[in-house]
Amino acid sequence: MSDASSSVSCEIAVPNAQGMHARPVMRFVDVASTFSASVNVTNLSGRNERVDGKSAMEMMLLEAVQGSVLRIEANGDDAKPAIEALSSLVESGFSDGLSANTGDP
Amino acid sequence: MKLSELIHGPSLIPELTATDRNGVLRELLQSLADQGQIPEDQVETVARSAITRENQGSTGFGKGVAVPHVKHACLKKMVATIGRSSHGVDFAALDRAPVYTIVMLLSPADAPEEHLAAMERIFRYLQRENFRRFLRQADTTEAIMDLIKEADESND
Repeated sequence: MSDASSSVSCEIAVPNAQGMHARPVMRFVDVASTFSASVNVTNLSGRNERVDGKSAMEMMLLEAVQGSVLRIEANGDDAKPAIEALSSLVESGFSDGLSANTGDP
Repeated sequence: MKLSELIHGPSLIPELTATDRNGVLRELLQSLADQGQIPEDQVETVARSAITRENQGSTGFGKGVAVPHVKHACLKKMVATIGRSSHGVDFAALDRAPVYTIVMLLSPADAPEEHLAAMERIFRYLQRENFRRFLRQADTTEAIMDLIKEADESND
């Protein structure tokens, strides 16, 4: 029904004072994993390493602090809702509740 | 930063006695205190802080590894240790699987960059499947430290 494999990306700054420490990373991976699209994240303010957004261990390598700009890329059928959910999660400073609309299958 | 300099060898526990998460956290902290790495009278304070932290969100990152970490004002310097459980411990990990390797990092409250850099280094090593597998198999302090020194050398 949706157009074959699509690729969507966004760039967004980390707003919370603590940066992407363990808990935000876990939350990000939780949300990313609800989508079938592949998710990759690059810290454009860091060493530009592209990591798997569904791997908590890889996400810990981003070293993203407050103000770091992340590029989030999604590839696959549900890439668009994935990017919407993940960007609103980051925007909210990884607070609970806000971005819960991840469209369960 | 070399992990072999951050991880305090004498505090390593190649076979943990505790079988539950809170017990493991306390056992590792007590070991650090016994080795003079943290003040004895702060063990319980830091343990409570680590437990609260785990309750807010598990540091079980999946693949049999947990990295509990605490920033606390009573800590004067950054120090890390490792505990190994051959039976596995329930850390409410991301992938729900038991945890066999626990890397604990303690940092002073006022050194966030250093803390982040140490976490990055720890995860860079844990990324590698071989490193995780050998770490899980290493059953002596020497074997664990050798593994970490090797990883340090291949990384820099």
